Amino acid sequence: MAHDHEAGKKLALKTILVLAAITVTEVLIALTAKGYVINGFHMAEALLAVIMIVMSAYKAYLIVFEFMHMRHEVKGLRLSVLLPMLLLVWAVIAFFYEGNDWMERRDQIIKKNEQKPAIESIEPITN
Amino acid sequence: MAETLSSEIVDQDKNLWSGGKPPMKVSYGKLMMWYFLLSDAFTFAGLLIGYGALRFSMPNWPVPEKVFNKFPFADAELPLIFVTFMTFVLLASSFTMMRAVQEGHEENRKGVIKWMILTILGGFTFLGCQAWEWTTLIAKEHASIHTNPFGRLTEDGIYLNADGSEGEAFEAGQSYLIHNIKSHEAAHGESHEGGHEASVGHTEPGDYPDAFIDQEGYIHRKFKVTSGADAGQIQSEPFGPKAFGGLFFFITGFHGFHVFSGVLFLTIILINVISGIYVARKNGYEMVEKIGLYWHFVDLVWVFVFLVYYLI
Repeated sequence: MAHDHEAGKKLALKTILVLAAITVTEVLIALTAKGYVINGFHMAEALLAVIMIVMSAYKAYLIVFEFMHMRHEVKGLRLSVLLPMLLLVWAVIAFFYEGNDWMERRDQIIKKNEQKPAIESIEPITN
Repeated sequence: MAETLSSEIVDQDKNLWSGGKPPMKVSYGKLMMWYFLLSDAFTFAGLLIGYGALRFSMPNWPVPEKVFNKFPFADAELPLIFVTFMTFVLLASSFTMMRAVQEGHEENRKGVIKWMILTILGGFTFLGCQAWEWTTLIAKEHASIHTNPFGRLTEDGIYLNADGSEGEAFEAGQSYLIHNIKSHEAAHGESHEGGHEASVGHTEPGDYPDAFIDQEGYIHRKFKVTSGADAGQIQSEPFGPKAFGGLFFFITGFHGFHVFSGVLFLTIILINVISGIYVARKNGYEMVEKIGLYWHFVDLVWVFVFLVYYLI
């Protein structure tokens, strides 16, 4: 038991250090990609998004499996909590795709709005 | 030997249905905490996915590192540094929470008390940071749930000077903050962000050659568009997407409320630990484990708030 305890202490320390290191790396990559570190250097937004999502997913894995002890739970519990999360993967893909589509149709929507009889505008500045 | 083992297994199988055996090998309370956290994860995911979809749909969505670039007691623009600090605070409190749970397994009451106090301090530090961030946004930059002074220019152009002549040029994609005459009065004589001095002279709402100041005092700088379909037109900086303020204050507020209730429950359980009630119950500090799960989850959610709000 005492041995387990020492191992647990080490694991906690190791996990927090890895999490902190990933966070620092994330911020450095984000700032580099946005042109703050190397003058005039920008990374494609989609590439940055993928890198950030992968690194954050790894952070989430560490928190759930080490901090929340999920690694030591029985398979049934693990699956019943983690499988429903797959629904969210689809939700992210579907809604971000949809948002992008709204963006691309923006001109079309503005044109359609102009065809309608003009509604009296109250504010000079609108969005 | 082998016989007794197999007969024991048969007995266990029979007894599975006679009750008293948790199928997931955790107590009812811990199992339900897991399922509560699962449902909470869906709530947060709904909010964050909605934020992402709206953000991707608008070309004038503010650039996050231009919005969140303030740091207490520092005049310089430090993009993302303050929120990174907040992330470290929450991660560190997750570590202290894990240590508290481990000391609980050892039945070491003093250890549990020590690490739980550190966790509560971490929670309060995080809440303090968030209060500062909100205060900066609301009081200094005049953002609210319905007015968003942060925007992004969607065309190239040239800002106009006070006499109507052409001033500095800008490119599409550049971020701006619509200042308010109220903050100009407060910060008079101090340095302002690039090029906004031009509008300092005006203190009354009205239509000026270089800016349009609305009734609430927001200074919409005027510029001449030099690209796209509107080239040649004189326009004033519009407010950024309305949804930005509402989503920001709701999502970080909802998360902050989770942190706040976490701190409350941690305090209640700390008092129980000190009173020795868990020693008397002989259940191995299970309440500490349960609040630990909740606390790590709050940290987990922050990982994703940090991701979609600040990093991308």
